Amino acid sequence: MLSVLGRLGRAVLESLARLGRWFVFMLALLPALPSALLRPRLIVDQLYHLGVLSLQIILVAGAFVGLVLGLQGYSILATYGSAESLGVVVALSLVRELGPVLTALLFAGRAGSALTAELGLMKSTEQLAGMEMMAVDPLKRVVAPRFWAGVITMPLLAALFSLVGVFGGYAIGVGLLGVDSGSYWSQIQSQVDFFDDIVNGVLKSLVFGVAAAWIALFEGYDCVPTAEGVSRATTRTVVNTSLAVLGLDFIMTALMFDV
Amino acid sequence: MSAVPSGEPLIEIHNLTFSRGSRLIFDRVSLSIPRGKITGIMGPSGTGKTTLLKLIGGQLRPDAGEVWVDGQNVHSLSRSALFALRKRMGMLFQHGALLTDLSVFENVAFPLREHTCLPESMIRDLVLMKLNAVGLRGAHDLHTAELSGGMARRVALARALALDPELVMFDEPFTGQDPMTLGVLVRLIRKLNDALGLSSILVSHDVAETLSIADHLYLLAEGRVIASGTPAAIQADASPWVQQFMQGMADGPVPFHYPAAPLQDDFHLPKVQECDRC
Ligand SMILES: Nc1ncnc2c1ncn2[C@@H]1O[C@H](COP(=O)(O)OP(=O)(O)OP(=O)(O)O)[C@@H](O)[C@H]1O
Ligand SMILES: [Mg+2]
Repeated sequence: MLSVLGRLGRAVLESLARLGRWFVFMLALLPALPSALLRPRLIVDQLYHLGVLSLQIILVAGAFVGLVLGLQGYSILATYGSAESLGVVVALSLVRELGPVLTALLFAGRAGSALTAELGLMKSTEQLAGMEMMAVDPLKRVVAPRFWAGVITMPLLAALFSLVGVFGGYAIGVGLLGVDSGSYWSQIQSQVDFFDDIVNGVLKSLVFGVAAAWIALFEGYDCVPTAEGVSRATTRTVVNTSLAVLGLDFIMTALMFDV
Repeated sequence: MSAVPSGEPLIEIHNLTFSRGSRLIFDRVSLSIPRGKITGIMGPSGTGKTTLLKLIGGQLRPDAGEVWVDGQNVHSLSRSALFALRKRMGMLFQHGALLTDLSVFENVAFPLREHTCLPESMIRDLVLMKLNAVGLRGAHDLHTAELSGGMARRVALARALALDPELVMFDEPFTGQDPMTLGVLVRLIRKLNDALGLSSILVSHDVAETLSIADHLYLLAEGRVIASGTPAAIQADASPWVQQFMQGMADGPVPFHYPAAPLQDDFHLPKVQECDRC
């Protein structure tokens, strides 16, 4: 009984300490962010690592989600005789929800984990300490460009995800199930609102980008500098980012789309 | 302990106390590093030589005491003042600390790119010069993963020298070098020191090499300065501690073991004796 209490207490203390380090990290990183924008080359390098290298999984996943939406949407809509609305259903679910959320979840697994592992390894091999001794601030040189790249990449990846998904739905709906091609597109054109749907979707993925990059970088920077520490931190990145994204999504959906 | 070296010192350490957890690494250590000289620091593995360099570089904070570098108290400096001071220091890390996502060339160019606006052609010349000095000009294209341990350390050495620092801290530069390279490195450190007038701190376990190039030596053990003086004075020092360390004998006042519980506790010797089947 006592040992359970003790362990509980230790867990609470440890998470409080982590929270404290999280704030310290945030306060230290914030002032480093603007100056990183002056060195776009460093950001472009990271755009490649985080964005281009994630393209494959994002495109494939987007296509499959579109295909499934086409099948499911059609079978539901057809029972109400409104199969020509398939385009709207597919497009809205992608732009408002599935695009940003699934992209963020995939990003956490593909790019977030890589960020954490990279930073953790740099820490455990004294590369960050070495930079400090060369009077180079690792927050400015290493962390900030990766943060910006994450924030920039996420909306672009989400947009691609949705785009590919819409075509996936088209392939199933129009190509296979005989929905009229003209109405697939015209329904999308007339029903998807630029501000309500697209801007809100982009906003969501921007917020997810901030959360995913922040968590991944914090976990890497804060990790115990050993092989085990890095692997734990990588796992934590994926788990925490996923939870944060789903939680934030609920809050933002409630605020954005008044029901 | 013995006489402080003459000339106005570059680094002065007063009553430095530092512990890791419950283990006291330095107990009110005072020493000074002269300008324009090579100061050797020796001591058993795990005494805190690397820790001392990190304290001088401001990476670690002492529990008590002060470290003054060129008239500045390292641990009371603002971050930007500390960075300005570090630009004048070069440090060769014990494990190299090379940036693994960059090539050999880019590693050496890194401090130049970060702190100067030199044109590319100049950077190239400087980097190749530094690499040439450590015998690795031909390896500039290699990736850090393609280097052997000794090569990586030499690249790190070239990088530590890239900005022509006034103070260089070498943390075991000779480890893992073949005898020929070792000779070259010894002469290189001596030459840099004399030609550029820089001050060097040399942490090393290679007794002969250190004695041959250091102007002044400190022997550290058990959180204290055990002996200091010129190499000749240290060699002549009759104290059993110094003799044992310099000659590499296992028995004597210097503990070879990290502080540990008595042998019989760790190996459960009493239990073996009490076992009733034997
Ligand atoms: N990050 C750390 N956390 C806790 N203890 C540490 C850490 N780094 C070093 N120590 C401890 O500090 C002591 C001094 O370590 P240091 O690396 O300075 O030794 P050293 O004199 O450089 O040894 P060597 O000659 O083997 O390099 C050691 O006993 C070590 O156990
Ligand atoms: Mg050491």
